[in-house]
Amino acid sequence: MHGYRGKIIRINLTDLSYKLEDLNHDEAMKFIGGRGFGSKIMFDEVDPNIDPFDPANKIIIATGPMTGTPTPAGGRYMVVTKSPLTGTIASSNSGGYWGAEMKFAGYDAMILEGKAAKPTSIFIEDDKIEFRDASGLWGKTTIETTNEVMKEAPAKAKVLCIGPAGENLSKIAAVMNDLNRAAGRSGVGAVVGSKNLKAIVIKGSTKPSVADPDALKEVVKRGRSQIKDNGVTGAGLPTYGTNVLVNIINEAGVFPTNNFQETYFDKAEEVSGEAMAEKFLIKRESCFACPIACGRYTKADDIETGGPEYESVWAFSAACGVSDMKAAIKANFWANEMGMDTISAGVTVSTAMELYEKGFIKDDELDGLGLKFGDGDSMVEWIKKLGRRDGQLASKMAEGSYRLAESYGHPELSMSVKKQELPAYDPRGIQGQGLQYATSNRGGCHVRGYMISPEILGLPEKLDRTELKGKPEWVKIFQDLTAFIDSCGMCLFTSFALTADDYADMFTAVTGKKHTAADILEAGDRIWNLERIWNLKAGIDPSQDKLPKRLLEEAIPSGPSKGQRSGLAELLPLYYKERGWDEKGIPTADKLKALGVPA
Amino acid sequence: MQIKVRLFATLREGRGKEQMMDFADIATPQAIFDRLDIPSADVAILLINGFDGKFDQPLKDGDTVSIFPPVGGG
Repeated sequence: MHGYRGKIIRINLTDLSYKLEDLNHDEAMKFIGGRGFGSKIMFDEVDPNIDPFDPANKIIIATGPMTGTPTPAGGRYMVVTKSPLTGTIASSNSGGYWGAEMKFAGYDAMILEGKAAKPTSIFIEDDKIEFRDASGLWGKTTIETTNEVMKEAPAKAKVLCIGPAGENLSKIAAVMNDLNRAAGRSGVGAVVGSKNLKAIVIKGSTKPSVADPDALKEVVKRGRSQIKDNGVTGAGLPTYGTNVLVNIINEAGVFPTNNFQETYFDKAEEVSGEAMAEKFLIKRESCFACPIACGRYTKADDIETGGPEYESVWAFSAACGVSDMKAAIKANFWANEMGMDTISAGVTVSTAMELYEKGFIKDDELDGLGLKFGDGDSMVEWIKKLGRRDGQLASKMAEGSYRLAESYGHPELSMSVKKQELPAYDPRGIQGQGLQYATSNRGGCHVRGYMISPEILGLPEKLDRTELKGKPEWVKIFQDLTAFIDSCGMCLFTSFALTADDYADMFTAVTGKKHTAADILEAGDRIWNLERIWNLKAGIDPSQDKLPKRLLEEAIPSGPSKGQRSGLAELLPLYYKERGWDEKGIPTADKLKALGVPA
Repeated sequence: MQIKVRLFATLREGRGKEQMMDFADIATPQAIFDRLDIPSADVAILLINGFDGKFDQPLKDGDTVSIFPPVGGG
């Protein structure tokens, strides 16, 4: 089948063996690839009630049919496993070049099983697969690791690795690739660490075939033109990167500040995309086959680093009350070096700051550091300590904000959904985004259905962010389309400019299997329901479709969105109905049967 | 009446970040665009006191108008 390579590599880390399996084409058509395909393998092979660090938990690294093709920004891969942070299925997406290289090496997916007896790296060059002792790499940061393994790797090989946070089983650890790209969320890096796997180095030499090269050339040309002509993807993102959102979200008064105690940050200008472009930007960076190039490369004092992106800047600035862009850049650098999710790391520190402000964390726990809102220098030091579990408080932080706050008897101070930290938009003033946070299958997350696009940016059309009517329908469509995009191997950012019809045309040209917009939305719906069923089996019941107490019960206290309240209680039943679920939020047998999802 | 006008991203070029504007009687966002020589097509997000506004919406004394070109992220 075109687009796919037709091979899955199953790696047993316990006995350091591997075998090749044929891709099941029927499954691939139903679950597409990436997130969908990885979730189906988890569904078929892993007990949802397993301890995420049990060697029987698996990690599926999966590309999609578009990965490694000329489709715009078609270089993504997914890391799918059971999350140690949320207990849900985790699927964490990353760009850069590693995913395309895996496809060039000839594999659609990689299933990692078992646990190595000692630190191990995997070197793959097409059909050559080697396991190497990584004991000398254990404890090294992600840049050190990448540089070390490249000394013994083929030229231009691509490196995926974990940092100390993953080794130390921090529940907010990320998988890093190409130095500063991250499959960041849900603690997937800790599962890699639990298997004593440090790095996967990969080099490939053949490209996937496409079914209709002429048709693909046409639809790619059309898609790239739409991306270039679109104000967001053609001008806004290339010029300012994602961080241009700081001022927009702050002006709307939904920019969470001091651990969501406020929603307007009066020093936002200092950490804005405009300030970054003026004072800190060295160059732009792009991922495989990407015409947008939203990536930033910045400098703060002696640190030069990829990023930070909007969510990371926010987590290391307003969330912690910090107005020093240099501190945000340094914290982002160290989070990457430790291999940690920047959103969860920043919000965990902000939670600790509120616990300290309220007197629950005492001075004698601080190891001589500060922990007040606004203290950027200390924030950077806490990020370093957190990754290494250096000290008792840092080790508590490495468990994520929920478990940290719970350990002090105040879990309500964790701004999380299903124990995963919320990103950079206060849901009380953006009703669709609030519903999306509450219902995301991997917990608090903005990119499972980015309702900011219609509710703030006006794409594809402007919706009133305070309005409840129509939001369940919008959230479902955005979640389903996103599930398809995450599975096909393209970047979600292309959806600012491309429509479901465009993705369907590209998928058809690549695979040769005719798909319409309705087909790809149905595939997304199928993937969404599969994840939901897996989560239900894992004990994540619908009572967890909620927001933190503060965001459910309190109105926004000040700023432009003062008085706005969450409408989740009203929206949730309508959303369940829109999804074809029963009133309790359980997918009905008829719905699952229609989608071909096993119950 | 006085209106606080805040500009962002590329709209700042040659115009600055923020200014107070005086209007004798009726003020609208369109009148602000005209004074600042901002083509309407360049305005993608218009916020009046933090909420979506219309180009011809009458403004009140003390309003804050935030104007953005097409930008995004996430």
